[in-house]
Amino acid sequence: MSSVWIIAEQHDGHLKDVSFELLSRGRKLADRLESRLAAVLIGDKVSETAMEELVQRGADEVYSIQDPRLENFVCESYARVLTGLIKSYRPCIILAAATSSGRTLMPYLAIKANTGLTADCTELDIEEGTGNLLQTRPAIGGNIMATIKTPDHRPQMATVRPKSSRPLQKDSSRAGKIISIPVTDDMLDPRVAVLGYRKDVTDFVNLEEADIVVAGGRGLKKGENFTMIRTLADSLGGVVGASREAVDRGWIGYPHQIGLSGKTISPKLYIGIGISGSIQHLAGIKTSEIIISVNSDPEANLHKIADFGIVGDAFQVIPEIQRRLDQRRKGGAE
Amino acid sequence: MKIIVPVKQVPESSNVKMDPETGTVIRSGVETVVNPLDFYALETALRLKEQYGGTVTVLSMGPSQALKALKEAVAMGCDEAILVSDRKFCGADTWSTSYTLAQAVKKIGGYDLIITGERATDGDTAQVGPGIASWLDIPVATYVAKIEEVTDSRIVLERLVEDGYQILSVTLPCLISVVKEIASPRLPTLRGKIYARQLHIPVFSTENMELEPTALGLKGSPTRVVKIETPKVTRGGRVVKAGDDEGVLSAVDQLMAFLEAKDIV
Ligand SMILES: Cc1cc2nc3c(=O)[nH]c(=O)nc-3n(C[C@H](O)[C@H](O)[C@H](O)COP(=O)(O)OP(=O)(O)OC[C@H]3O[C@@H](n4cnc5c(N)ncnc54)[C@H](O)[C@@H]3O)c2cc1C
Ligand SMILES: Nc1ncnc2c1ncn2[C@@H]1O[C@H](COP(=O)(O)O)[C@@H](O)[C@H]1O
Repeated sequence: MSSVWIIAEQHDGHLKDVSFELLSRGRKLADRLESRLAAVLIGDKVSETAMEELVQRGADEVYSIQDPRLENFVCESYARVLTGLIKSYRPCIILAAATSSGRTLMPYLAIKANTGLTADCTELDIEEGTGNLLQTRPAIGGNIMATIKTPDHRPQMATVRPKSSRPLQKDSSRAGKIISIPVTDDMLDPRVAVLGYRKDVTDFVNLEEADIVVAGGRGLKKGENFTMIRTLADSLGGVVGASREAVDRGWIGYPHQIGLSGKTISPKLYIGIGISGSIQHLAGIKTSEIIISVNSDPEANLHKIADFGIVGDAFQVIPEIQRRLDQRRKGGAE
Repeated sequence: MKIIVPVKQVPESSNVKMDPETGTVIRSGVETVVNPLDFYALETALRLKEQYGGTVTVLSMGPSQALKALKEAVAMGCDEAILVSDRKFCGADTWSTSYTLAQAVKKIGGYDLIITGERATDGDTAQVGPGIASWLDIPVATYVAKIEEVTDSRIVLERLVEDGYQILSVTLPCLISVVKEIASPRLPTLRGKIYARQLHIPVFSTENMELEPTALGLKGSPTRVVKIETPKVTRGGRVVKAGDDEGVLSAVDQLMAFLEAKDIV
């Protein structure tokens, strides 16, 4: 049986957590198929320890492709590397994260590999009998779940929504092979040059990979009131999100926007404050594990889908929640 | 500079309502509109045209209703429109759609830049743009939030990624997909509307395109939808009223207990 592959992600030589989430997905599929699980890691100067961590978290093999010219994600070069690997090793399944790089690389690669691709899956399974990969994803703004398969083409390819699965615990007794693939000039696409990277510390949040998201909407009345949201998010160890109304009013930057024309998130906990719960906003939060809503309007749509809703004035409710959290923290420190 | 903008016709989503009984999407009487995220692609193309000169061609694959989307785009200031339409294209997945659109782009020819929306709000895959680029074997830059400059042979741009912006220099021709942050779309003008009304919109079909018959439509698509389910609309959650000061205390008490039970605090 040919192997299941996951495309590990790294930044500055450090593995991203989403790589471990993919391994836990891949492990389940490989076990069902009684096949092997490989992690493909393209980058530069990724340490031996990091590669071993891929093994400890589920990989049987790691294909390591390291080169200074592959340090940053460049779709065309990464696709060339992978096209070559696919030809040599013929995996049956390839999973990547539904991140800005995964969602660029995979559709580019799927054409080169002459196969289908399913975007942004939240569930993966193996079909009884055929061994086909069953790929389930939300569509039409999360209003339906579609299950898709790729019956006649190999590999079967899917991107998986970050945070939609939990990484496996590290198991230091696991053994695996690390296979270095030499980089040749023909793997590098000369048409694209990375000029730099601008990290915006003030306004950047990795919403898609956060466990907890506290989001504010038009009910906050003005931009300064986002301070309250930021403080609450900080105390919970989460990040700040927003509705489009809040973004369009300039209260907070676009990278924070959640929904149809913003980001789609699947955190463990989402708290929406002063957000009505329009269908476009819901499209981005439907796969959250727990939804909490704070809104003064008892009829607000977000209350209807929330696991816990408080009908009340955010300016009374949020400071009270904050007070309790601060109290607990003090209590815990004693 | 010759720019091509592929736009998709999608069901208008601000009107999407859920049937509370069955939990299904009420589809009847839902209008179709230009994929809202494609307006940012159109705006980007029109601004580049204003800055550097050239033409903007808008392209849509779909049934003849897609003409409406094309006319709307033309009314904003595009020069040409092409409808890619044939019964044999029906049911195409992103592999087959991007193949068909890439063949249409080849037929148009002589382009410098293709600009797509970030994703379509119905299928929501964001796969068609990179797919077209791959078929054409040109470079792709997705999630573009800013264009620094365009020269005869290159474009310098910023891509919005998870924790910042990646700055790339890419040779032309290439394909980019843009995010909302790039520009706010203009409205159609009266002059544009008049121009759109009288514009002849050619139809590309299996009759006049070079196409591999086995790559078309549902039959030519590697993926198959096997099941569609409607997830539960409500989670059977609890809503408490805060009301007065005491109500707030009690509501927050209950919330804290809830969060504790869920292991969050
Ligand atoms: C094509 C398209 C794409 C879109 N994409 C997105 C998207 O990606 N993301 C997105 O969010 N929206 C999107 N929208 C917009 C969407 O339709 C809504 O307009 C938007 O989500 C509403 O934001 P809101 O909930 O903050 O504002 P509102 O709908 O105005 O809701 C504000 C809420 O705050 C409550 N409130 C007021 N005062 C208080 C108080 N003191 N305490 C507590 N609650 C209070 C009110 O009861 C109300 O429910 C899109 C729309 C279109 C047409
Ligand atoms: N049928 C189509 N006709 C023209 N352009 C399309 C079509 N489908 C997708 N696109 C383009 O590809 C982008 C991404 O769409 P999708 O991959 O469907 O999410 C859209 O924003 C459009 O610019």
